[in-house]
Amino acid sequence: MNQWIAFWNILKKDMRNYYLKPPNISWGIIFPVAWTLMFFLRSREPLDIRALLPGIMSMSVLFGTTSMLAVTITFERRGRSFERLLLAPVSINLLMAAKTSGAVIFGTFNAGVPLILSLLWTDLTGVQWTVLIPAAVLIAVTSTFLGLFIAVSVSEVFEAQTFSNFFRFPMLFLCGLFIPIADLPWFLRPLSYVIPLTYGADMLKEAVNGNGVLPVQLSLGMLVLFASALFILSIRNVKRSWIG
Amino acid sequence: MSLSLLKSVTAAAVMRNLQGPILEIAGLRKDYGDIEAVRGLDLTLHFGEIFGLLGPNGAGKTSTINMITGLVKPTSGSISLKGIDCIAHVKRIQGDIGVVPDESNLYDELSGFDNLVFCASLYGMRKAVREQRATELLETFSLSDTGKRPFKAYSKGMKRKLTIAAAIMHQPPVLFLDEPTTGIDVESARQIRLLIKSLNRKGTTIMLTTHYLEEAQRLCGRIAFIARGRIVKTGTVDELLGGLRSDHLLHLTVGGQADQLAAMLHQHHPSLRCTEKGTHVVEISSDSPVELHPITAFLSGHGFPVYEARRVEPTLEDVFIAVTGINAGELESREKGGRKR
Repeated sequence: MNQWIAFWNILKKDMRNYYLKPPNISWGIIFPVAWTLMFFLRSREPLDIRALLPGIMSMSVLFGTTSMLAVTITFERRGRSFERLLLAPVSINLLMAAKTSGAVIFGTFNAGVPLILSLLWTDLTGVQWTVLIPAAVLIAVTSTFLGLFIAVSVSEVFEAQTFSNFFRFPMLFLCGLFIPIADLPWFLRPLSYVIPLTYGADMLKEAVNGNGVLPVQLSLGMLVLFASALFILSIRNVKRSWIG
Repeated sequence: MSLSLLKSVTAAAVMRNLQGPILEIAGLRKDYGDIEAVRGLDLTLHFGEIFGLLGPNGAGKTSTINMITGLVKPTSGSISLKGIDCIAHVKRIQGDIGVVPDESNLYDELSGFDNLVFCASLYGMRKAVREQRATELLETFSLSDTGKRPFKAYSKGMKRKLTIAAAIMHQPPVLFLDEPTTGIDVESARQIRLLIKSLNRKGTTIMLTTHYLEEAQRLCGRIAFIARGRIVKTGTVDELLGGLRSDHLLHLTVGGQADQLAAMLHQHHPSLRCTEKGTHVVEISSDSPVELHPITAFLSGHGFPVYEARRVEPTLEDVFIAVTGINAGELESREKGGRKR
């Protein structure tokens, strides 16, 4: 019970201090709108919002969560306020779960923004919500843990941003959102399958347009596996690097 | 057993418990690659005492505190708090300790009150309890008027006080203070010293690190000098000073450069130990009483008048120099240098 008081208050503090700040809310709204406009401007044919939706949702979550968690944790470590959390009688697992929960919620909100905006222009009848919601949440979870992995590896806020991009851009091009995996050069294809976004994006495609390539159960299982592995790896790194 | 006997046995047991060790450290080591930060440190803290850990920057003070509090894993050695192995069960002991780091580590965006309430929540305190405790502590620390102000708007002294308040929100029996008065104004430092004393009177065992030797002398019951990762001397202030009290110590205020005159004097009176204590102050120490007339005559004869001669008691600074070979000025400049890094 005592541990959960700490969990809830860390989450509440992070939401209030970081995620619910006006710049971050506006980021959550502007980012998907900007991406949609970009596709609209370069498209020679009428824009199919529904076809774009899985990609926009994936990118919004990926960019939102990886940045936010890596930056906020690095920021707290620089200001040494993170030490206060490490000094508390709260298990590292629960502490990191509290820190990442805020980013997962923020990421899921980011996924919701393009979805709500698309309702203004298109009909979303037939969307498989039972696939779409877990996909959005699990993309947020894996991206958040990727952000945590980045946060452990850097000591400066600007490094967190640079290092995030090192992962994010290759992931975008390898996950099958822009170029189908089958059209990638043969030597790059195996890489696509070690990226969690591949499975998340495929689930979203299946949920919105019914054109996913992989079985939903496989994608779901792989995302859970990636989330668990990234969390365990990050906790191990936290213990080794921050309590060394 | 009669009631009165039972009472006296219980009282004796309580006294023993109060005087017994609360923290025991043995053979503690910490290596960072090739650097040996702490090299086999042994230390015991007793219930209810204020214990000072004194040493220059890089001596291993902060590394020691970080290992005790669970922020850093020791390379080897043992630490036990109230009989619990701090290394194996760090999360079990963290509820019993409060830590005030050398730099304030609260949240800039949160108000003073919210910082305290948040810190208490980390120890599982319920909302009503933590809000009441935060209000009480803001009042105790004379911060009630600024409780709603964001932490970033606080002065250095206020930040320090709030950081101490945050560390004692959960009423820990043991408090670690790392350089509690460094870099703050005289009045805030005085208030913090009074608060430390008051906390100790209420039963909190305190371990503090400082490079202000006078502060340690005023506050601490026992002191350990640490240098190059090892404890070089431990004792009560009286025990530490005892070794030097047999010395006869004089300060002469002279009309000339003290360093040159100290050298001249030592050359002429080899039995006297003469050192520069200030630009115009020469310190003379001897195992036997110092005869003043030959000294003043010698200096006056060379055209250097003696304005004042004062017998002084040895201080912790003298003990520190004697055991570490580091003088206080050097200690302070090392600390400042260290902080800039």
